[in-house]
Amino acid sequence: MKVVVDMERCQDHGQCVFSAPEVFQINAAGRLEYVADPDDALREAVEDAADVCPLQAITIED
Amino acid sequence: MPTSSQTAPGVVVVGASMGGLRAAEQLRAAGWSGPVTVVGDEPHMPYNRPPLSKEVLASDVTHPAVAFRARASTADVAWRLGTPVASADLAARTVTLADDTQLPYTGLVVATGIRPRRLPCPGPVAGRHVVRTLDDAQNLRAALRPGSRVVVVGAGFIGCEVAATARGLGAEVAVVAPEAEPMTRPLGAELGAALRRRHEARGVVFHLGRTVGHFSGIDAVTGLVLDDGTALPADLVVEAVGSTPNTAWLDGNGLDLSDGVLCDALLRVEGRPDVVAVGDVARFPNARYDDVPRRVEHWSIPTDTAKRAARTLAAHLAGEAVDGEPFAPLPAFWSDQYAERLQSFGAPGLGVDDIRLLEGDFDADCVVGYHAEGRLVGVVALGGGAAATAARYRGALV
Repeated sequence: MKVVVDMERCQDHGQCVFSAPEVFQINAAGRLEYVADPDDALREAVEDAADVCPLQAITIED
Repeated sequence: MPTSSQTAPGVVVVGASMGGLRAAEQLRAAGWSGPVTVVGDEPHMPYNRPPLSKEVLASDVTHPAVAFRARASTADVAWRLGTPVASADLAARTVTLADDTQLPYTGLVVATGIRPRRLPCPGPVAGRHVVRTLDDAQNLRAALRPGSRVVVVGAGFIGCEVAATARGLGAEVAVVAPEAEPMTRPLGAELGAALRRRHEARGVVFHLGRTVGHFSGIDAVTGLVLDDGTALPADLVVEAVGSTPNTAWLDGNGLDLSDGVLCDALLRVEGRPDVVAVGDVARFPNARYDDVPRRVEHWSIPTDTAKRAARTLAAHLAGEAVDGEPFAPLPAFWSDQYAERLQSFGAPGLGVDDIRLLEGDFDADCVVGYHAEGRLVGVVALGGGAAATAARYRGALV
């Protein structure tokens, strides 16, 4: 599974972190970091993360 | 084997905004592979509404920039857009559209959302705006100019966001509201006062404790007169005075439609196995707090309700037992006004009588805790890094 976050859109709301903490985290500087190629077992969690992003900045590209 | 036309007609989703889209996606995720038809009154595919009071007013934003990306699993969903619903017969399992089309269903998702309440005051209609749809926001943007005299009626989130955006565009902005402070109901008076002071520092003028008596002007609004006789000149008025659930199409089915559609803890409409509701039209109990059904107009609710409602409906349609996990979402909302973020987790509105400053200062960055019977039920952070700050308290609310 390939995950892309549009970092131009991202405003560091951090909602994705609650849905898929294995994939998304907010670093010490308050900015989003993420795993671009997470295990497919995390698909539902990443889909949830994409749903709850207020900026709709997360895309799952298979 | 029966052909598909002889079997169940499938699921009809009434409402093609975020809740309708998420319902279609979650029905697929829950295993429903039969037909899904989504009906909506707006001409647009589902789009994200939070930018309407901010980016869409401030710059030329068109539908593609705010449209939701639908999951691939919904590629075979049928969309009937620009077609309002007229009525439903829950006993006969049919939905009738405004163009007289009848859609039979085996499962129905109620996702018709809300519409802005309008002021009943006398006076001209032209020049009075609301901000609910993309078309509304684009119309308001077209009318907004630097130096425009804008009166926002209502000091909730939409009113305050519109005030901030209009001020940022160089408009002269006044806010009229009956409450003593803006955003009192969701946030309480202390934080509301802090937000008012932030607006006032940028030149917004508040007329609080006041209502609108009438609009003045002949063909279009040129001003309004408040209940105390104060006359405010206005080139345009934005009415942000709350909302009304869209439920008239369900009249005649014996439902309690006194405030949206009454649902059980699995989002079935008054226990009906084949009718569920999602989004801000749904009035549901949140097992996290109590058994009082409430409507919740947060951005997170369409997604949360769709996931629970789709599992409920898909199990019924498959002839399986419905899992009984009560719906218990952790509410979350945010607001952006000027360059400041407000982030909330939990249900601060349930704890406005016991507000405690947890960090900082009301007039700087701060974190505010809301308590009910001594228990922390909501946290709101305001200022730089508010999202990350509020997130530190989220665990205490789960």
